[in-house]
Amino acid sequence: MSDLTHLTISQARAKLRAREITATEITEAYLQAIERANPALNAYVVITDDKARDMARASDAKLAKGEGGSLEGIPLGIKDLFGTEGIHTQACSHVLDGFKPHYESTVTANLWADGAVMLGKLNMDEFAMGSSNESSYYGPVVNPWRRSRVDTMVMPTTHQGDGGFVSAGGTRTARTLDNAQLVPGGSSGGSASAVSAFLCAGATATDTGGSIRQPAAFTGTVGIKPTYGRCSRWGIVAFASSLDQAGPIARDVRDAAILLKSMASVDPKDTTSVDRPVPDYEAAIGKPIKGMKVGIPKEYRVDGMPDEIEALWQKGIAWLKDAGAEIVDISLPHTRYALPAYYIVAPAEASSNLARYDGVRYGLRVPGKDIVDMYEKTRAAGFGREVKRRIMIGTYVLSAGYYDAYYLQAQKVRNLIKRDFENAFTAGVDVILTPATPSAAFGIADEDMAADPVKMYLNDIFTVTVNMAGLPGIAVPAGLDAKGLPLGLQLIGRPFDEETLFQTAHVIEQAAGTFQPEKWW
Amino acid sequence: MSVDLQTVKRVARLARIAVSEADAERMTGELNAILGFVEQLNEVDVSGVEPMTSVTPMEMKKRPDVVTDGSKAADIVANAPATEENFFLVPKVVE
Repeated sequence: MSDLTHLTISQARAKLRAREITATEITEAYLQAIERANPALNAYVVITDDKARDMARASDAKLAKGEGGSLEGIPLGIKDLFGTEGIHTQACSHVLDGFKPHYESTVTANLWADGAVMLGKLNMDEFAMGSSNESSYYGPVVNPWRRSRVDTMVMPTTHQGDGGFVSAGGTRTARTLDNAQLVPGGSSGGSASAVSAFLCAGATATDTGGSIRQPAAFTGTVGIKPTYGRCSRWGIVAFASSLDQAGPIARDVRDAAILLKSMASVDPKDTTSVDRPVPDYEAAIGKPIKGMKVGIPKEYRVDGMPDEIEALWQKGIAWLKDAGAEIVDISLPHTRYALPAYYIVAPAEASSNLARYDGVRYGLRVPGKDIVDMYEKTRAAGFGREVKRRIMIGTYVLSAGYYDAYYLQAQKVRNLIKRDFENAFTAGVDVILTPATPSAAFGIADEDMAADPVKMYLNDIFTVTVNMAGLPGIAVPAGLDAKGLPLGLQLIGRPFDEETLFQTAHVIEQAAGTFQPEKWW
Repeated sequence: MSVDLQTVKRVARLARIAVSEADAERMTGELNAILGFVEQLNEVDVSGVEPMTSVTPMEMKKRPDVVTDGSKAADIVANAPATEENFFLVPKVVE
């Protein structure tokens, strides 16, 4: 049974359609895997087992009649940011205590309409603010990947080992897993951890500054943030409305393409949803990239970046070159301003979006001596440290006299960042290749990051530019570092050209292979 | 630009978040670290640059001004901490 959890979505889809397996069997396999693993990984905050079984039964009835949608019977995990009707939806915040919406987000409604099965709600940084999943009210998520130490032992000649093993001399290597718990990245840490540890076939996620791509890179999974406007934001708890986009995290490029096809739609309920048909992303996979122009931006070579990241980038360049792509050096001169501009725009929009949590309409209420005292006590008790920090920054930069100096300046800089990309694309570049993150996964409760919020923010240095410009970006695993941790590369595309990202990411995947953590949980 | 303790308390008040003296002191340091980080934006020449409004040029969507939804007061108050007959209950605001 447990092998069913190792099927990719495309493999499971074929077996379900051929009636070699049932939706109930695969759903039960995942529920068992979650039950065993969740105490160690904390990826799920709610397991919707009854609902999962009902949905699986309904899928089996359809499949038996030769009917069913593109995801019929495929068990998925849903980030807690997505509104799910009648089911816990709290953005992993205490302030939304007990909230069960009476509506369904457009993205999840699309998935259910295509036959997907919901396994539960996934852990995340509170209100999607964080890069380590440590700001969740429900506690940190643990990365299924651990560092490992490679020991090389020199074997004496004619040594009788414990297993009756006889060596003629030479060396033997053994990998030992380190016990230190690592973060899965954030904010979609639960999504990444669950996909990587085989606790769902794929997951929904959202990305405001890197929250899909950084956790994907930290867990050896594939994550795509589509172009702003591709997936409806309706029914997703808002963080920074001009940056938020939903996307999938999956085990391989094809699965990510299958999921995005279902999640994306034109939605009259979201005025920023773009009126363009959703292409068949899967059809782009396997198309040759011969003659494609791949841009390498020199500004992504940052100070203090580990040699391993640079080496990985060079490997990626070589793979694409081998596949016939033309590599060109490009310049995106405003890259370094993306992160500071983000830390004005995102908190400003967040302070406005999060004003609604006032203890009146939903969630937590802490009584006070009057209504303002009630608001202040509710918000003090309901929001965690990182969320308060960002609301405070946002309130400050929007306060009287500072709007022009901060928010307006940042939105202008944002236009310059976007222009940099436009210039590259106008010059004929089809896709841009960069590292996904400046490091591999780090430890839970890392002291440096806890002491300096800006250090944590630097995790998003390569991904945030893409949100600022509204472009699509995909993170694809490309190798392991010396300690055995996954590292990812990022591809950035033209607006609404997700197809080129899938096409190119697949070439990297073919060269790099896919990566699975060694099971310890 | 940097903030002092008084400014932090004023911003907390604007944001409707109760802060203790110790919270406000800690936040002052954190906010100044972030404000120090974003300060580098001032070196960018933005003369003649419009603020960004959308990724691809698009016209704002409009819809007919008609009622498409409603008659679900019970749903709307369903998650509220305190209600009475489909009204939200709050502490008394007028004497």
